[in-house]
Amino acid sequence: MSGLTLTLKAPPAIRLNMAAVTPARLSDLTERDIAAINLGSQRTPVALGDAFAIRMGDARDIRIVGATERLDHVAWALSGGALTVEGHVGAYLAVQMTGGAVVVKGSAGPWAGAGMTDGSVEIGGDAGESAGGALPGASSGMRGGLIVVRGGAGARAGDRMRRGLIVIEGKAGAHLGARMIAGTAVALGGAGAYPGYLMRRGSVILGADAEEIGPSFADCGRHDFTMLRLMARRLALVSPAFAGRAAPAARRYAGDMATLGKGEILLLG
Amino acid sequence: MTPFNLFKRKPPASAPALSAPTPPDGPLTRNGVRIDDTFAEAFGMAATAVVITAPTAKWAMIAAQTMTGFATSVIGCGCEAGIDRELAPDETPDGRPGVRALLFAFSPDGVEEIIVNRVGQCVLTCPGTACYSGLDTAERIKLGSNLRYFGDGFQMSKQVDGKRYWRVPVMEGEFVCEENTGVTTEAVGGGNLLIMGQTAAETLAAAETAVAAMSKIPDCILPFPGGIVRSGSKVGSRYTFMRASTNEAYCPTLRGAVETALDPDIGSVQEIVIDGLTSAAVANCMKAGLKALIDAGPKGGVLRVGAGNYGGKLGQHHYHLKDLLP
Repeated sequence: MSGLTLTLKAPPAIRLNMAAVTPARLSDLTERDIAAINLGSQRTPVALGDAFAIRMGDARDIRIVGATERLDHVAWALSGGALTVEGHVGAYLAVQMTGGAVVVKGSAGPWAGAGMTDGSVEIGGDAGESAGGALPGASSGMRGGLIVVRGGAGARAGDRMRRGLIVIEGKAGAHLGARMIAGTAVALGGAGAYPGYLMRRGSVILGADAEEIGPSFADCGRHDFTMLRLMARRLALVSPAFAGRAAPAARRYAGDMATLGKGEILLLG
Repeated sequence: MTPFNLFKRKPPASAPALSAPTPPDGPLTRNGVRIDDTFAEAFGMAATAVVITAPTAKWAMIAAQTMTGFATSVIGCGCEAGIDRELAPDETPDGRPGVRALLFAFSPDGVEEIIVNRVGQCVLTCPGTACYSGLDTAERIKLGSNLRYFGDGFQMSKQVDGKRYWRVPVMEGEFVCEENTGVTTEAVGGGNLLIMGQTAAETLAAAETAVAAMSKIPDCILPFPGGIVRSGSKVGSRYTFMRASTNEAYCPTLRGAVETALDPDIGSVQEIVIDGLTSAAVANCMKAGLKALIDAGPKGGVLRVGAGNYGGKLGQHHYHLKDLLP
């Protein structure tokens, strides 16, 4: 049985809240029930059946076709199953996700994977600000799982992340891994200014130079790290680009000494 | 029987006698090698495995050999350990040459205490090495999560693909160790073969032939020196403070003075002890050894093959030689 497919009929006039479109929510619903779900983000309701053509199938494998950046909250609190998006998505992709797999063929808006605790998110294009970061007021960002961004990412990716792994195959914006509590944020194309700003623990791994590294990071020199070999092999399937770049040699900067100072920036090569 | 078997079980004072030898021309003869109609008696154990990697195969082997040293008898040494096999770079977690080592003890708690001590003293200290879980079981014991304290607060953990690793800074660079490793209580210790030949040199050569074949079997180790033990023992002694002593029935130099288990043409005996992660692994290993000995034949130094047991009342696992013949 093929998956449940939702095809966008036309670019939506308003932003749509896709939070209800998850395998857990749709698995026991009839086509009529699904069509009646309100996706509106304003006072005027928008029925799912009005915005999307529905082809029923296994709700554990949902496909959204023709998506645009006006679709917010896609895969919100996803707990299992698979959700594939052909096109772009807006803000809050996979926020608070606890399991399952999300694949977005295009780009994603801000806060993709913010607060997620498990599962995997793959973004074929670019990610907006605060990918894997902390939502406003949250004590931590991403707390587990995997985010792979094939393109670049905006500022503050991995902000306050506590656990998990973000791999940005392009360039990350400023403040990558800022206020990081633990975890690993990788940017193969380098990063903007001040990666790891006020990080306590964790690793920021850069495949190219950052625009500026903060003065409160201590240069520990260039060394071979067995851990990089291990990561390259373990992650070869999810990010061949990282596996190809993760040579064991890296320059290590310990910090941020302005706070706990048990984190690090590893500059590959 | 090995010191391990005898010490481990604390048998009653009236321990069963060893099986009587098969007559020289009994029905179980293959390629001129007499096979005793008897069985090896072995015991359930707990076991773990670790994978040790290093920049070169040489240093991985040095670490593994050091870690598995002084581990022939679980009573005398606290554990039995050995090298299962060498691993090619594409078989190891970090893509470097490696060695898989197995360690056996009475209980998972015992395995945990010993593996942490041994990895801490012999692998953490060895240049270039890293240590990973070598056994994928649901039950886990601590490894790096105890060794990390050597880092004195400078250690870092890294979770990759659902597994946690510890990075411990050392003078050379970093020691990487997986947080835990698997442990099994399905392991078996004490499978054995008794190899009998005309002279010590010939019998040793035959035993070496068997060891070469048995070492290729996965999930098994031969914990004694070079895989061979020359001093099989019996339970008890005339000295009350000794729980095991030499097995005079198999000592060729006592043949005329004691009730012997040796045929007139037997001048030396060597034993191979097998520990395995599963009973099937032990059986496969014994089978490989038997085949190698039979293929070698009397020209290869072996005239007769037996096995040690205690009448079958003490060990849970019995390996009848006739069932393992090629």
